[in-house]
Amino acid sequence: MATAAMKEEEKAVTEERDLEVKKGRKLQVSALKSGTVIDHLTQGTAPRTLQLLDLDRGATVLLGVNLPSGKQGFKDLIKIEGRELTQEEINKVALLSPKATLSIIRDYEVVRKIQPNAPDSVEGLIRCVNPSCVSQDPLVRTHFYTERKDPLKLRCFYCERSFDKDEIDFI
Amino acid sequence: MIQPFAGRDFISMRDFDRGQVEDLLARCRQFEGTSKPLLNGRVLGSLFFEPSTRTRLSFESAMKRLGGQTLGFTDAATSSTEKGESLWDTIRVVEGYCDIIVIRHPAEGSARLAAEATTRPVINGGDGSNQHPTQTLLDLYTIEKRAGRLHDLKIAFVGDLKYGRTVHSLIKSLCLFPNEFYMVYPPSLGLPSYFLEDLQEQGIQSTDFENVEDLPEDLDILYLTRIQRERFPDPIEYERVRNSYQLTPDSVKRFSDKLTILHPLPRTTELDPDLDSHPGTAYFDQAHNGVVVRKTLLALLLGAG
Ligand SMILES: [Zn+2]
Repeated sequence: MATAAMKEEEKAVTEERDLEVKKGRKLQVSALKSGTVIDHLTQGTAPRTLQLLDLDRGATVLLGVNLPSGKQGFKDLIKIEGRELTQEEINKVALLSPKATLSIIRDYEVVRKIQPNAPDSVEGLIRCVNPSCVSQDPLVRTHFYTERKDPLKLRCFYCERSFDKDEIDFI
Repeated sequence: MIQPFAGRDFISMRDFDRGQVEDLLARCRQFEGTSKPLLNGRVLGSLFFEPSTRTRLSFESAMKRLGGQTLGFTDAATSSTEKGESLWDTIRVVEGYCDIIVIRHPAEGSARLAAEATTRPVINGGDGSNQHPTQTLLDLYTIEKRAGRLHDLKIAFVGDLKYGRTVHSLIKSLCLFPNEFYMVYPPSLGLPSYFLEDLQEQGIQSTDFENVEDLPEDLDILYLTRIQRERFPDPIEYERVRNSYQLTPDSVKRFSDKLTILHPLPRTTELDPDLDSHPGTAYFDQAHNGVVVRKTLLALLLGAG
């Protein structure tokens, strides 16, 4: 008897947890048939991330901003319908949100989870912090090396000035 | 013979590791006193978008002593950049007139951009407040010649350490070797924070002082820089600082006789003319060493070394 009751209770707990997981998943990805979910974006970076990924036109995108998140307090989230981001695109996300996670969705299922990695170099995208840099000329494409990934530190290929994430100024 | 420098650019000391710096300096020693016409028939394009008489003359002397020729302009007003031609286009045009290019330009990173525009070797003759690598190389060469080595030295930098490009580049290169560093500067003119961060990441430490009198007596190298009036909003503050870094035979008396005094020149009042005959004085040698260093570079990059 005691064993049966315990099993019953265990089953209830498991069911409840499964339901939570399902609910959770529903909250996260239910709207997406296939595409990419970018989660755990640094709060406030979603709009700039869209620009960075050239997604502000064309693709169907759902934005979540200031979502409660246990890990970080608050986070932003982006769902992109019908497009799987390339590794290079994913790495750009890490410039703004080092803690971001990406899920590739096919047929409502997560088929791949990816941790973005800051790129080894960045061309275009960012303006140099140094006002006397030759790359301030709009004819010159900016170019930076990633000198350190976490916390991010970039160095200008031209003027050699280094700067960190807080100083990143997107073009 | 392997010619690791043939066809290369000379843009920044960052591009060279300790072994390569030592190699370059050894090649400079070999060039001391030789004036073979190694560069006969070769042409140096000398593009000075801002005036710098010393650097330009030193390059021209080096080229001519090796039998080569020079052409170019001495400031942006006489060049087509006044007409709005981009730096990129200027380089693309000039590369057809010469075999190697030296560029001085006020924009930081301009020499790197020039090097991207052409397959000809490019030498950076100073890009804004970023790099002036031939100055750094001649500074290293002078230190090595005087002290007999580039390591285990007590080296002090005195003056404007904030805007002094020569100082930044030289400190970086001397950090390739184990040395003790002392920084002496007025309160507002210390090393910039981004530069200090770089040093900290390399594990390089220095001792900071406000006065030359605080430096150790067994100092090997005292590298003095000019303090420019325009860096000070308050003229009274400038006068005070200027006088506190005025080196005289008296103020260097307390140092041992191994002291070498360097200065990139031109000087203002920080170097008393009476110091010129002091045995530790090396700033004119330093300027003269610019020719042998530039001769070496021109020959090596043109594959004639
Ligand atoms: Zn730059």
